[in-house]
Amino acid sequence: MANIMYWEAIQRAHDEEMARDPLVICMGEDIGVAGGTYKATKGLYEKYGPLRVMDTPISEGGFTGLGIGASFLGVRPIIELMSVNFAWLAMDQMFNSAAKVRYMSGGQLTAPCVFRSAGGAAHQLGAQHSARMEKVFMGIAGLRVVTPSNPKQAYGLLKSAIRCDDPVFINEHELMYNMKGEVPDGEYFHPLEGSDIARAGTDVTLFGYNISVHWCLKAAEILDKQYGISAEVVDLYSLAPLDRAGIKASVSKTHRAVIAEEDEAPVGVGSEVIAIINEECFFELDAAPIRVHSALVPQPYNHTLEKAAIPDHEDVVKAVLKLFGKA
Amino acid sequence: MKIDDKKRVLREMVLHRRFEERCYQAYIERKIGGFLHLYPGQEACCNGVMEAARPGHDYVITGYRDHVHAIKCGADPKEVMAELYGKETGSSKGRGGSMHIFDAAKRFMGGYALVGGPFPLAAGIAKAIQLKGGDEIAICFLGDAANNQGVFHETLNMAALWKLPVLFVCENNLYGIGTSIERSTAVIHQHKRVAAYNIPADECDGQDIEVVYEHARKAVDHVRAGNGPFFLELMTYRYRGHSMSDSRGYRSREEEELWKQRDPIFILRDRLIKEGAITMAEFEAIEKETDAYIENEVIKFSEESPEPRVEDLEKYVLADRDTQLPWLTGKAA
Ligand SMILES: Cc1ncc(C[n+]2csc(CCOP(=O)(O)OP(=O)(O)O)c2C)c(N)n1
Ligand SMILES: [Mg+2]
Repeated sequence: MANIMYWEAIQRAHDEEMARDPLVICMGEDIGVAGGTYKATKGLYEKYGPLRVMDTPISEGGFTGLGIGASFLGVRPIIELMSVNFAWLAMDQMFNSAAKVRYMSGGQLTAPCVFRSAGGAAHQLGAQHSARMEKVFMGIAGLRVVTPSNPKQAYGLLKSAIRCDDPVFINEHELMYNMKGEVPDGEYFHPLEGSDIARAGTDVTLFGYNISVHWCLKAAEILDKQYGISAEVVDLYSLAPLDRAGIKASVSKTHRAVIAEEDEAPVGVGSEVIAIINEECFFELDAAPIRVHSALVPQPYNHTLEKAAIPDHEDVVKAVLKLFGKA
Repeated sequence: MKIDDKKRVLREMVLHRRFEERCYQAYIERKIGGFLHLYPGQEACCNGVMEAARPGHDYVITGYRDHVHAIKCGADPKEVMAELYGKETGSSKGRGGSMHIFDAAKRFMGGYALVGGPFPLAAGIAKAIQLKGGDEIAICFLGDAANNQGVFHETLNMAALWKLPVLFVCENNLYGIGTSIERSTAVIHQHKRVAAYNIPADECDGQDIEVVYEHARKAVDHVRAGNGPFFLELMTYRYRGHSMSDSRGYRSREEEELWKQRDPIFILRDRLIKEGAITMAEFEAIEKETDAYIENEVIKFSEESPEPRVEDLEKYVLADRDTQLPWLTGKAA
């Protein structure tokens, strides 16, 4: 096991897959000569050259469509959208072309592309650079959505996404690229579907994904030490499809649920998880599930307002205490 | 340009330069957060064009490198700095930050963070001017790399088709973040790209304000006279990195030095000295006065201003509900 950073894990997956298959290419703004905004493609340009590591113009709609078109002929492009906020410009091609082409061609064409993007709110980047857009991607038929919460997932999910014949969107996090974690030394493929139990517990399930897994883990620690509540943390690294069986299994065990998301609440992961709980195991519930989520505002620049807009582990603790009638 | 105007603009450009350098310092001191894109090196572009236009009357829109454009339109430097400090007194009440300076009263229609986003907005502003019948024009300042967005071409087509009073100013500083123009763009000289849309275009040196002014005057006159859009390309250079975390590994120190020898402020200063309009001592005094103003007024104001209140987090998301009730409830009288 190597202890490496999230960006290094992503870089390693790129490198291994590009070494294996000459049709794996990557493209995006400043990914080549500059090595990538978050270093996720560092050294690849030098190793694989400009034909396979493409520094693109600032033409998100154009280069995303170009990558998708190449994938029709079996190329496996890893398309980096520098920030998820810029993915808006690429969504037409992602949704209308990549996600639908298999279906509307009756299975003749496929778009085996990987779209990677830095999501989440970093610090004080303002309204147009702090979007969390999980909700947008996870509701599109024909598109898979995963979101790694640690280096092992970042590596293994990208490896699987490249091999998978479906288009996969990987939602990374701006604040997590330097996070360290254990990654297997040998080749490893993380399942694209399912969920991980990040911490086992018996009294309440804390559902998180990507950065909110870390709020949940921190909250579980506090709940255990200070309140004697045993929280299970379920890492929903796959947002499309969501792991119905995993959600059901955990809630059937703990009978209580809190869903923590960095996205805003309406039409989001939380509402979807609660719908699944209702459909799968409503009568297992001892209390109504609670969502912890961001305020429904364009992200403010001011740091105090920004902090107020985005939840953290303390909000998760508060939600659990409320669930137990302790607050 | 008249001599008095040149002297005034020199003073303004010194303010623009020192303001930006002070921002850099404040960022290091962590008074300013987020992304910060600075303008040193490109001052003659904004100043030259706006001297030919009518600041505060004509509408201006731009990208994230927006502080100087706002100030040139008439925004109070104190409010611009307070915005960077995230204060309630800031031009966007601390909600916007560096990339989103707005001053609607001064017809500065804002800075936008998505590359290329302002193109169609500028055309839309021009459309409104056309409908309302005013003599204003819309001016869109963007970088060279922005022209690789599809919306650039879509906007040029519509602006030409509908003869919209919009001036597109391309500040070609040869880079989009760390990618040089020859590595991102098939055509280096951007004005060539607009020929296909029957839009007249021009290119000139963006370091010498008098050159910019002469070319801009023709461009502005063309648009204001109702002849439709114009595209003006200014060849320039940004002295600092793209944003704050940029070690400039993608360009050589020699190249930077070459451009620094063509510093727009020094070009104007030296010309005015040669013409006998100012002395070096006077120039140095301007710098000192400017620094004192920035420290004693701009920074002081920003430091002392209050932060927005957390209770107001959701203010400005939508219109004030009370003002909209007839439409929200369907009970319009
Ligand atoms: C749609 C979109 N894609 C990518 C970015 C990231 N980005 C910010 S500025 C920039 C370079 C823009 O270069 P240019 O238009 O030449 O303007 P300059 O910064 O040189 O003034 C890029 C790629 C963005 N903000 N928006
Ligand atoms: Mg540029």
